[in-house]
Amino acid sequence: MLLEVKDLRAVVRPEEDEGEAKEIIKGLSLSLDRGEVHAIMGPNGSGKSTLSHVLAGKPGYEVTSGEALFDGEDLLGLEPEERAAKGLFLAMQYPVEIPGVPYMQFLKVALNSQRKLRGEDELSTPDFMRLVREKAQALGISMDMLKRPVNVGFSGGEKKRMEVLQMAVLEPKLCVLDEIDSGLDIDALKVVADGVNALRGPERGFLVITHYQRLLNYIEPDHVHIMANGRIIRSGGPELAHELEREGYAAFVEDAA
Amino acid sequence: MADQETIQQVEELKKYKYGFETEIETEKAPKGLNEDIIRFISARKNEPEWMLEWRLEAYRLWKQMEEPHHWANVEYEPIDYQDLYYYAAPKQQKKPKSLDEIDPRILETYEKLGIPLKEQMVLAGVEGAPKVAVDAVFDSVSVATTFREELEKAGVIFCPISEAIQKYPDLVRKYLGSVVPQGDNFFAALNSAVFTDGSFVYVPKGVRCPMELSTYFRINEKKTGQFERTLIIVDEGGYVSYLEGCTAPMRDEHQLHAAVVELIAEKDAEIKYSTVQNWYPGDEEGRGGVYNFVTKRADCRGDNSKVSWTQVETGSAITWKYPSCLLRGDNSVGEFYSIAISNNAQQVDSGTKMVHLGRNTKSRIISKGISAGKSQNTYRGLVSVHRKAHGARNFTQCDSLLIGEKCGAHTVPYIQAKTPHAKVEHEATTSKIAEDQLFYLRARGIPEEEAVALIVNGFVREVIQKLPMEFMAETQKLIGISLEGSVG
Ligand SMILES: Nc1ncnc2c1ncn2[C@@H]1O[C@H](COP(=O)(O)OP(=O)(O)OP(=O)(O)O)[C@@H](O)[C@H]1O
Ligand SMILES: [Mg+2]
Repeated sequence: MLLEVKDLRAVVRPEEDEGEAKEIIKGLSLSLDRGEVHAIMGPNGSGKSTLSHVLAGKPGYEVTSGEALFDGEDLLGLEPEERAAKGLFLAMQYPVEIPGVPYMQFLKVALNSQRKLRGEDELSTPDFMRLVREKAQALGISMDMLKRPVNVGFSGGEKKRMEVLQMAVLEPKLCVLDEIDSGLDIDALKVVADGVNALRGPERGFLVITHYQRLLNYIEPDHVHIMANGRIIRSGGPELAHELEREGYAAFVEDAA
Repeated sequence: MADQETIQQVEELKKYKYGFETEIETEKAPKGLNEDIIRFISARKNEPEWMLEWRLEAYRLWKQMEEPHHWANVEYEPIDYQDLYYYAAPKQQKKPKSLDEIDPRILETYEKLGIPLKEQMVLAGVEGAPKVAVDAVFDSVSVATTFREELEKAGVIFCPISEAIQKYPDLVRKYLGSVVPQGDNFFAALNSAVFTDGSFVYVPKGVRCPMELSTYFRINEKKTGQFERTLIIVDEGGYVSYLEGCTAPMRDEHQLHAAVVELIAEKDAEIKYSTVQNWYPGDEEGRGGVYNFVTKRADCRGDNSKVSWTQVETGSAITWKYPSCLLRGDNSVGEFYSIAISNNAQQVDSGTKMVHLGRNTKSRIISKGISAGKSQNTYRGLVSVHRKAHGARNFTQCDSLLIGEKCGAHTVPYIQAKTPHAKVEHEATTSKIAEDQLFYLRARGIPEEEAVALIVNGFVREVIQKLPMEFMAETQKLIGISLEGSVG
C-alpha cells in the first residue's frame, strides 16, 4: 500500500494557545495503492484541505489518534521536508508567494534538497535546465515565467499550472492535488489534466481533491470518496461522482447521519 | 529526532565558522594611547614630519571628545582605550617582492576564510582567472599586492596608504582628511591619530580602472584595535569599482574597529564601493564580538559625479556605520544599497546620509534590514537638501524583516529640506516571514533553515544584484550562515 490512513483524528490549535482545540478530522480511513487515482469530494469546510495539510506535515495541527503510513512507514513523525523527500507532494489549494526568489532557483533548490535528503547527488545546472525546459514546454509554460519570483503576480490559473510543473520536475510517488482545477479556464484545465495524466504510471498514486465532476472527466479516478464533517462517508467507483453531481451532497450527508 | 538536530545546530553555532587564529609572531607597540605611541607608529612607518603632526593634531582633538554613546541605538560596556594595543605587524625581514615570499600560513589563512575562488585563482596564476587585484591587509600591514603592474600601466595607483604617504605625498596631503576631517567624530579622530594601514587608490583623468579592486581586512591579533584608513580618489571622468570584505577569528575580548573611508569623485567620475562585512559577531550573548565603528563618506565634488555604496553587514557585535554622500557637484548622484542582518545579541545601527548641495542632485537609498534572535536592527538615515539644491530628488525605501518574536527593527529617517524645489520620498515596510511561506518551501523538500535563507535572499535580492558578480554567490551563502539557528 502506498498510503494507508487509519482512523485518523486531528485537531487544529487556535493561534494564541487559548480556546478549545477544534477537531476537524474525525476518524478518517483511506487506503491508496500504487498506480491508483482516488478522488475526494465533499462540501466546503468538510476537512479536505486539512487532511492534505496533516499528511504533508503543516504545523498547527495535532494528530490525536490513528495513523498514516506512507510506503509502510510512519508518516506523522517526519518533518515536512522529509515527507517531500520520500515522495509525497501536495499541490496546494492556495500556492504561496515568495517575493524575490526566481521560480527557477526555487525549483532547483527544492529538487537538490530532496536529492540531498535521499543521499543522492545534486543535479548539475545544465542537466537541471534541460529537465525544466522539457517539462515546462509540455505544460505550455514560458521560460520568462520561470524567471519571475515564485507565484508573485501570477494569475490563479498560472499558479496551478506551476504546481503541476513542480510535480513533473520533482517526480513524487504520491501526488495530493487540492483543487488543482479551481481558477482554471477550460483550455488550462485540459493542459493541467494532461500534465497530471502524463505522470500517471504503475508506481505513482494520486489523491485528487475536487468539487467538480468535470476534472474527473479528464483525470479518471479508480475510486471516489465522499467526505463530510471530517470523515469519509461513502466510497465507490467513478459513478459515485456522477451520482453526486446529480443529487448534491445533501442526500449523502443525511444518509450518513 | 528534531531535538537531536536542534542540539547539534546549537553545538555548531558555538563554533564561529571562521574562528581560528594564525600563529605568526607579531611586533607590538606597548599597550595604551599617548603621544609617544603615536610617535612610535609614525616612526615604524617611516612617515614624514607632516604626517606625524597631522596625527598628533587628531589625537589632541580626540582627547577632548566624548564617545557618542547617547544617540545610537546600541549598548555596550565602556571601552578602555588604554587597555588596547595600537600597533601590531607581522614580523618580517623585508618587504616581499612577490606572493612566493609571503608566509604560507598567511595565505593559508585566506584560504580558510574562503577568500573566493577567483582570488585564489588569481593568486595561483590560473589562466583566464578574472582580474581582481587584491591588496591583502593582514592585521595592520599590507602583505601582498597583486596586479599592481597592470594597474600602473593604466596609470592607476593602488597601494597601501603607508606607501602612498611615502611615494605620493602631494596627493595624500591634498586629499587626506578633506572628506572626513580629523575632528569629525570621536572614532574618526581616533582613527586619524593611530591608523596603521589601509588602501590608497588614485584613478587619473579619463581612466576606467581595468579591474575590480579588492581588499580583505582581517583582525588577527589579540587586543589590537583595527584602524584602517582608506582613501580613494577618482579624477575627472574616471571610474573604479572597489570591493572590501572581511571576517575575523574567535575572540574573548571585544575588539574595536574604527575605520575611516574617504572617497572623492571629481567631475564626471564614478565610484562603486562594495562591502561585505562578516566580522565575528560574538557568542549567543554577544560576548567577544567585534565593535565596528566606521566613518565612511564620499564627496561628489565635481558636476555629474556619482558614488554608489553597497554594503552587506552580517557580522560584528555592534555596527555603527553610515556611509554617506556629499552631493556638491551639480547633477551628482549618490546611492546607498544596504543589507544589514542581525542575529542572536547583535546590535546594528546603520544607514546613510545624503547631503544635497548642488542643483539637480539625486540620491537613492534602498535598505533591507533583517533581524533574528534577540538582536536590534536600526536604520538611521538623513536626507538633507540645502537651500541652493534646486531640483534635488531623493527616494528612500526601508524594508525590515523580522524572524522570531524577540528581535527588533527600527527605522529612523531624518529629512531636512530647505528648499521647496526638491522632492523627497520615503517608503518603509516591516514584515515577518509567514508560516505559510515556510511550510510551502518545506513541503517541497527544503529544510527550515534553508527555507529561511531562501526567503531572506529573496527579500534582499534588489540589493544583492548591485554587488559585483563575484560577490553575489558568496553573499547568498553568507546570508544563510549568519541566520543559522534563527528558527526552530
Ligand atoms: N487554522 C485553523 N483554525 C481554525 N479553524 C480551521 C483552521 N484550519 C481549518 N479550520 C476549519 O476546519 C474546517 C475544514 O477546513 P478545510 O480547509 O479543511 O475544508 P475543505 O474541505 O478543504 O473546504 P473547501 O472545499 O472550502 O476548500 C473549516 O471549518 C475550517 O474553518
Ligand atoms: Mg480546501
